[in-house]
Amino acid sequence: MTDITPDKQTPRAESPLREAWGMFLRNHAAVAALVVLVLICFTAVLGPWLYPTDPFEMVWAPFSPPGDNGFLLGTDYLGRDLLAMIINGARVSLLIGLAAALVSIFIGVTVGALAGFYRGWVEEVLMRITEFFQVLPTLLFSMVLVALFGASLPMITFAIGVVSWTAVARITRAEFLRIRELEFVMASRASGVPNAKLMFGVILPNALPPIIVQSALMVGSAILFEAGLSFLGLTDPNVVSWGQIIGSNRQYILDASYTVTLPGLAIFITVLAISLVGDGLNDALNPKLRQR
Amino acid sequence: MALLEVENLRIELSTRDGTAPVIDDLSFHLDAGETLSFVGESGCGKSMTALALMGLLPERIGRIASGAIRFDGEDLTKASPARLREIRGNDISMIFQEPMTSLNPVFTIGEQIAEVLRAHQGLSRQAAWDHAVELIDAVRIPNPKGRAGDYPFQMSGGQRQRAMIAMALACKPKILIADEPTTALDVTVQAQIFDLLRDLRAQTGTSIILITHDMGAVAEMAERMIVMYAGRKAELGPVAQIINHARHPYTQGLISCVPHLHDVLTEDRPELFEVPGIVPSLRDFGRDECLFASRCAHVTDQCRSARPPEKSFEGGQIADCWHAEAM
Repeated sequence: MTDITPDKQTPRAESPLREAWGMFLRNHAAVAALVVLVLICFTAVLGPWLYPTDPFEMVWAPFSPPGDNGFLLGTDYLGRDLLAMIINGARVSLLIGLAAALVSIFIGVTVGALAGFYRGWVEEVLMRITEFFQVLPTLLFSMVLVALFGASLPMITFAIGVVSWTAVARITRAEFLRIRELEFVMASRASGVPNAKLMFGVILPNALPPIIVQSALMVGSAILFEAGLSFLGLTDPNVVSWGQIIGSNRQYILDASYTVTLPGLAIFITVLAISLVGDGLNDALNPKLRQR
Repeated sequence: MALLEVENLRIELSTRDGTAPVIDDLSFHLDAGETLSFVGESGCGKSMTALALMGLLPERIGRIASGAIRFDGEDLTKASPARLREIRGNDISMIFQEPMTSLNPVFTIGEQIAEVLRAHQGLSRQAAWDHAVELIDAVRIPNPKGRAGDYPFQMSGGQRQRAMIAMALACKPKILIADEPTTALDVTVQAQIFDLLRDLRAQTGTSIILITHDMGAVAEMAERMIVMYAGRKAELGPVAQIINHARHPYTQGLISCVPHLHDVLTEDRPELFEVPGIVPSLRDFGRDECLFASRCAHVTDQCRSARPPEKSFEGGQIADCWHAEAM
């Protein structure tokens, strides 16, 4: 017999993560959206230093149209620089979007995991609670929360997160119900893995792909939700957000439509980019769609 | 004292028609370093016995109604869930039928083996990984260092079953339960896996409980065998003795079902033997009669009116049949 060199004989196959990234790159719309999203995040983080105008300061006469008097996007009804407002607003909108999505993922994954893993009365109780939150009018409920406990950023984040976790909980539970019956879970039990580890160390990693996709889409809807709340005036008056710019300029929509259109466009582009990235993630992480 | 003693074990499953005893009054023992084989058709309670030993009966559906499972003198039916978790994977471990699905697809096999070592033996991350690589080498997967970083989907069925065996043997368990470990594999790979199990047993002194319906595997691997039928023991004893002279008509049927290869193939090929009929439904499992009566060629009125008693023969052979002496 000849000796076989102990080197790697089989070609190195790709790790699942790398393979998913390859799938993501094949979706051109998603890649373009990701670039846009990175630019928006870049603006939100560095913008206030690159364009240091105070968004609350009255820098010119009201309703200076875009491009005139040295203001790229013009001024609003109080003569504030609209470009500075949109740049600063990006911070709050993205921050609230991400934080609210995190809150709802945390609640949703916990509830869904417990319900799907333990079954029985735990599942009954948790799913009835989930259904209760599902039938609640979400905007109304979060308005009540913000109105009652004050319009601070943490409270707004919490109010958005607390009304939007139900979808995550249902997806997580469905995945847990499917995966807990698979043989490798039984094999893990048979090697003495305790329940908490079984839930979050064995089953959850296998349930992640649809949860990740849902989470990406949720960031978008949280941004929309925040815009809706601040349009209605339920926002921290000391910070600028895109919804708030639209809300405060809404009486002048006929005289100076750009004061409403431009921040609206910012919301539109951001949410669209997030949705496209979410769609790309879905393609990349869902093995059933890989054959396309 | 035997390593494992099971006494009058009765396991009940709740079904829509009420509770059914899937294991009815089963007693056996397992010595250290011995291989004991469970044989029988599907649905005869082989896997249920294995799950009961591991404390993994399906929640809310299956329960141990009576009897004792004594492991090293400790009654596992009365042990706390925490104690059972300690025993599982450490003292008793198990490999499953489907190597394709019994490894976690999102972790590399090295990580999965190392995880068991860290959980049960408190090894550091690096030590556990090094030991995992040694184990992968021990189950004869070539290039263990490189393969430890592979995901299950990158391996063949035989290699996955080897990885499962490495994981099951990681903590040097006293008992390894192999639930049809080769059913899903090629014949050539089956032989390799059995070779591996035999060698590992010789090295580590682990007792093996082999669950199978492959008589050839039993003859090759085990010293003693238990033939199960409809949740009851049909026959128990040394493998060679039972294959030479089975005392239970069901065992005789199973043995004659093994097809033989003929070197000359003619038009009139020999008819394959079968045991006529099917296993009775769960509803009928607890009845006070011989449950094999409806399929038995030697049936008499006595068989239909009372459950057959255990009859002992020389050499430790036991058969539960009214007509065992006459067989």
